[in-house]
Amino acid sequence: MNTAITTNLNDTHSETLISAAHGEHPDSSQNTLFGFWLYLMTDCILFASVFATYAVLYMNTDGGVSGKDIFELNFVLIETAALLLSSITFGLALIFAKRHNRRATVVWLLITFALGCVFIGMEIYEFHHLIEQGNGPQRSAFLSSFFALVGMHGLHVTAGLIWMAIMMIEVLKTGLNHRSITRLGCLSLFWHFLDIVWICVFTVVYLLGAL
Amino acid sequence: MGQENTLARQQVDDLSSQVKSYLVGFMLSVVLTAIPFWAVMSHHFEKPLTIALVLGSAVVQIVVHLKYFLHLDFSKEGKLNTFSFLFTALIIVMVVGLSVWIIYAANALMM
Repeated sequence: MNTAITTNLNDTHSETLISAAHGEHPDSSQNTLFGFWLYLMTDCILFASVFATYAVLYMNTDGGVSGKDIFELNFVLIETAALLLSSITFGLALIFAKRHNRRATVVWLLITFALGCVFIGMEIYEFHHLIEQGNGPQRSAFLSSFFALVGMHGLHVTAGLIWMAIMMIEVLKTGLNHRSITRLGCLSLFWHFLDIVWICVFTVVYLLGAL
Repeated sequence: MGQENTLARQQVDDLSSQVKSYLVGFMLSVVLTAIPFWAVMSHHFEKPLTIALVLGSAVVQIVVHLKYFLHLDFSKEGKLNTFSFLFTALIIVMVVGLSVWIIYAANALMM
């Protein structure tokens, strides 16, 4: 309890101090999380439109390769495993953050970060490989929509990784105060949300495409 | 002092139950990922059954993630998140479902 109060001393809001002492979250944190959740819902609709585009265009291969020719499911399975594991490691980081355990938080964030890098590294390798073989996004409508959909998810994950790196620095420098825990909560929503989008990607694009 | 002890114990209980919740979600999603990948890679079933299995696993896995990782529920604090998600899901079903329907119908008419 004492540590919770001391870490919150930097905060100028006396309101935060009082609620921290009572062991409950002030409303502002709940509002921030809800606001961020609403942003994620709009992001959901963005992804849905790109999914619709893919579903409409995936048969138009212009005589080039189709999903069956280029998807390697073993590769995708490893990508999926990395992302799935990163979900639970982030969950653990958040649990430790709420308990003001700075070291454990950073360690689990670091593991999550590494797993996210594995995922992005593999995706960049896959894209590079495809473009090198002449199957870049300009080749056919199928490949354009494939690169747009998978690439957009990849960009989101990259943004999440940058955010995570910043959060690790913040936690190391200023400790786990009320604000950084709220930020970690938002990042947690973002990260788990991207996991759900990836479930849709590997189902619709890779698994149904490889059938 | 006694109060602090109960508080500490409560936090420990809280910790193990929270970790357990994440582990349950993780195990479920491992199984729900393994099933569709296995079905597609082994060619064990007929095509329609495989498609049904793949789509079914995806829907269940999304629900598992929403419950265990994003902690959506119908409690007083979580209700707003859940309803905004359900509304978004409705929009998505309309955007994706109707687009696909229209374009496939147009394709069929052009053939």
